Amino acid sequence: MEWYLPLIWAALIGIAVAMYVILDGFDLGIGLLFPFAKSERERDQMVASIAPFWDGNETWLVLGGAGLLVAFPVAYAVIMPAFYLPVIAMLLALVFRGVAFEFRHVAQTSKVYWNVAFAAGSTIAALSQGVILGGLIQGIKVQNNAFAGGTFDWATPFALLCALGVAAGYALLGATWLVAKTEGAITERARIQGKWLLLAVLVFMAIVSLWTPLQFGRIAARWFSTPNIYFLWPVPLVTLAVALAAWRWLETGRTVLPFFAVIGLFLLGYLGLVISIFPYLVPPSLTIWDTAAVPASQIFMLIGTLFLLPIVLGYVGFVYWIFRGKVREGESYHH
Amino acid sequence: MDLDPVLLARLQFAFTITFHIIFPSFTIGLSAYIATVEVMWMKTGREHFHRLGRFWTKIFAVSFAMGVVSGIVLSYQLGTNWSRFSVVTGNVLGPLIGYEVLAAFFLEATFLGIMLFGWNRVPPALHTFSCIAVAVGTLISAFWILSANSWMHTPTGHAMRNGVAIPVDWLTVVFNPSFPYRFAHMVNAAFLTTCFVVFAVGARYLLAGKHLDEAKTMLRMAVGFAAIVAPLQLFLGDQHGLNTLKHQPIKIAAMEGHWDGSKPGDFHIFAWPDEKNEQNRFEISIPRGSSLILTHDPNGLFPGLKSVPRSERPPVVPVFFAFRIMLAIGFFMIGAALFGALLWWNGKLFETRWFLRVMAQTWWIGFVAVIAGWVVTETGRQPWVAHGILRTADATSPVLGASIATTLALFVVVYGVVFSAGIYYMNRLIAKGPSDVAEADQTPMLSPLSAAHDAGRAALAAKE
Repeated sequence: MEWYLPLIWAALIGIAVAMYVILDGFDLGIGLLFPFAKSERERDQMVASIAPFWDGNETWLVLGGAGLLVAFPVAYAVIMPAFYLPVIAMLLALVFRGVAFEFRHVAQTSKVYWNVAFAAGSTIAALSQGVILGGLIQGIKVQNNAFAGGTFDWATPFALLCALGVAAGYALLGATWLVAKTEGAITERARIQGKWLLLAVLVFMAIVSLWTPLQFGRIAARWFSTPNIYFLWPVPLVTLAVALAAWRWLETGRTVLPFFAVIGLFLLGYLGLVISIFPYLVPPSLTIWDTAAVPASQIFMLIGTLFLLPIVLGYVGFVYWIFRGKVREGESYHH
Repeated sequence: MDLDPVLLARLQFAFTITFHIIFPSFTIGLSAYIATVEVMWMKTGREHFHRLGRFWTKIFAVSFAMGVVSGIVLSYQLGTNWSRFSVVTGNVLGPLIGYEVLAAFFLEATFLGIMLFGWNRVPPALHTFSCIAVAVGTLISAFWILSANSWMHTPTGHAMRNGVAIPVDWLTVVFNPSFPYRFAHMVNAAFLTTCFVVFAVGARYLLAGKHLDEAKTMLRMAVGFAAIVAPLQLFLGDQHGLNTLKHQPIKIAAMEGHWDGSKPGDFHIFAWPDEKNEQNRFEISIPRGSSLILTHDPNGLFPGLKSVPRSERPPVVPVFFAFRIMLAIGFFMIGAALFGALLWWNGKLFETRWFLRVMAQTWWIGFVAVIAGWVVTETGRQPWVAHGILRTADATSPVLGASIATTLALFVVVYGVVFSAGIYYMNRLIAKGPSDVAEADQTPMLSPLSAAHDAGRAALAAKE
């Protein structure tokens, strides 16, 4: 009866990570676009559009980390030391950008520093996450269920490519969020930025899609062997269709639709990664079953999750509804 | 260069977790305080309660942000620095932390959004509800994380299989023997810590002759609350100590500087524990004091440090002194609270300026006591990370000492900057005071907020 529990948990953690990437993705994206704002009022407007949400968004990151510890402690214990430096760089960057929300609000002359902290923190966090993603796809050296590689194993051209790709993706989410939530000059600029970023993201997706099967035999086998290829060929086509829709909606002045199209794009990219990696949690050696916690732990947490997760989703939705609508220029972050 | 990864990992974790605990100690109490004044505002309709709620919410926001970001760090550091600990205890501790995230963090983070930004978006009742939700969230969070921590001190409800702890009975895991005591002691400590911050701010305003309504309310609330909670803390701490004596007697021996278990223990007001020669120097003691406290019998015996080999003892000096710092602050708080209550009773609380001057300066004592208390319990647990299950030295990650040293330096720099800025900004918000908050809201000239608020309303109305 034990084989399906790790599957359920892999799905749940997959959902948590997807929620994180989309939700914190757009608010990290605001940080990435911060240097392109033209005035302090615009920056205030950008921050105001995410201020009530960022803390909740980042909680999904904690859930991802804690969930990994709960359900796959061995994977947690391999992945964290393997990406020691990028993980800590990400954490420190998140510290800076997190406090910058509050500090730039109360700061006067020092506000400019917190603007920099917010932009730089968001950028470093996004790049670190991309490096970790790339490093995970490449694989981690494991012996006796423990990390056995070197300090800089993750530092490869492929990981760098993934870092840029993730940053471009977050910036795209951020731009479409601004299109949905702001008004004025900032919105128009975000539409243009969104189009460029959309192109960049597609290029990155294409390179990763070509690079991974060429370099990693296991990924090529997954996609191009029969019968897999019969089921998998629509994935890139649907991705392209969604990207086209996003482009059209950006061009035709739709407010909310571009954001949802980009979420769709993210989910498809995510699906592609899952197809490439599954059932490995620590490629190329440890599967979700190799790293799973004992059933007693997975069941105990599952009961709580089935009860609590719908409630969490309920009030997260509630807050987005309370703060629905656009943030106008000059409407500042206040409490 | 030969860097000891165990020592560095411990230093790094000690640094990040000490930094972190400052903020929950404050926000647990402050969220409850804000919820209280908002409820009083709703019940009495008196505007100064509203101003107090808004004022403290601003400070809460700054403090909570620092607590959140430093907390995220911890949830990943268990893996980056203590991966073998994660493997050995993950099956038991993972779900406790998981419950904390799902039951508490989302509740706090979500309703925090309404608490901070919802003043003009939601009706007062919903705002008050959000404050209560955040306060409850902080308590749920404390419940789970203290359960996990307590299990590291007094693990129960598990079995060892292939060197890994496997849960057997969850109820026994969660409600392990030291948990109820630790939970009560820590939550009470958080309330007390916040209480003395409110006390100090009230005293500061009254001395300056500013915000008098708010100052008097804060002083009355703080004195009344502290007069109950500070003595209660002594009782809870004593109970917690007796529990520790039962389960971790060597920690108690270190706290008391008690070497020879064959004799009754004196209470050392001061001493320098000499670990090399296994004795104390420069003792100033109350004869048999420790025996009386711990066994309720002046001739009672309890284990001494010498009853176990050196390798089984925690570092005595930090445990011994941290305990005394905590005690000294605890007794000062009891004295201040009872004296304040006496002054209030005699109608002199607001006139006794020397007392207010002292109290205005002592906002930080609760934080020091909390940190000292954690040093006692965590250092006292050594050499174990999970008592009897895993030694700290065996719990680390396969990471180079140089990596840990580099990131430790970065943590010190980043936290140093963030902490200084945070304290500076909080102090400035306090210096500005509560009345200005409300004025800003009523005077569009001073702030674009009201205008923005109207614009927001109009936008909402147009949408609906």
